[in-house]
Amino acid sequence: MDLLLGIGGSEDSFRALEETIERAVEAGDALTVAVVENPESETDVEEIRDRVEAALSAAPFDAEVRTLSGHPGSQLLELAEREGYDRIVLGGGETSPLGKVELGSIAEFVLLNAKTTVTLVR
Amino acid sequence: MSRDYPTEIAGPYEAPPRSFVDDAGREVELRRYGDGDFEAVVEMYTAFDPADRAQGIPPTSESDIREWLESLTDDGVGVLARHDGAVVGHAVLVPDRHGDFELAIFVLRAYQRAGIGTGLLGALLGAGREAGVERIWLTVERWNAPAIALYRKIGFEASDTDSFELEMAARLAD
Repeated sequence: MDLLLGIGGSEDSFRALEETIERAVEAGDALTVAVVENPESETDVEEIRDRVEAALSAAPFDAEVRTLSGHPGSQLLELAEREGYDRIVLGGGETSPLGKVELGSIAEFVLLNAKTTVTLVR
Repeated sequence: MSRDYPTEIAGPYEAPPRSFVDDAGREVELRRYGDGDFEAVVEMYTAFDPADRAQGIPPTSESDIREWLESLTDDGVGVLARHDGAVVGHAVLVPDRHGDFELAIFVLRAYQRAGIGTGLLGALLGAGREAGVERIWLTVERWNAPAIALYRKIGFEASDTDSFELEMAARLAD
């Protein structure tokens, strides 16, 4: 399966990356990582790219890393549709001090607007 | 994350303990959560209708309920509603990393729509003020109009209208 993982620098997006790498190894998925500008994240794009490259360098396969500028949700969807990805993968939200799941704005936009199947990693 | 707290101080609230008769004629006691109440609260959440869960809480299995409750009761402020010796409602304030407090409230289905939520929230905010809590926030699913109306009535205002869930905030002190 061709996976497109969107990553905007929140902790749940890095967790999604780790789990997706593990799954890709088991299932033989092809993975593309798209670094997006997440307005809710304090981590800048360069720093995210570095962390992504570090995580991927330990993986036994090659994955393409791209940087998308502009509105993160719509840019991800546009890329997924244009290039025919089978699935978009995103972090499934952070948890509040009380343990409530808080869905990020990118995940919300992608879920509500995608034609591509979406996986949220918990 | 920035959050706009109301400038106005909310309240006044009556701190627990106190008792009242709910809209269904049941005698309900409100009091602060204490260490000896842990098992009774586990029992309440074990009986909790999964359809009334919100944003992933409360957890459903007893072991997850215990783990979750331990994380809340360590440094939070809690208030219980009791009827006939059993816990029927629980409201809690838990500190975030900025020193503000997140609020959640759960009432067993058979005790909903009887004014217990209003009583519990008022008691929790009264207990919170006594404990030195200054700023409180919560998130609520946007479709949950009864809950949003209750939070407004008790002194919360919308603080972030862009997020997936509605965020609301109240100020207890300057």
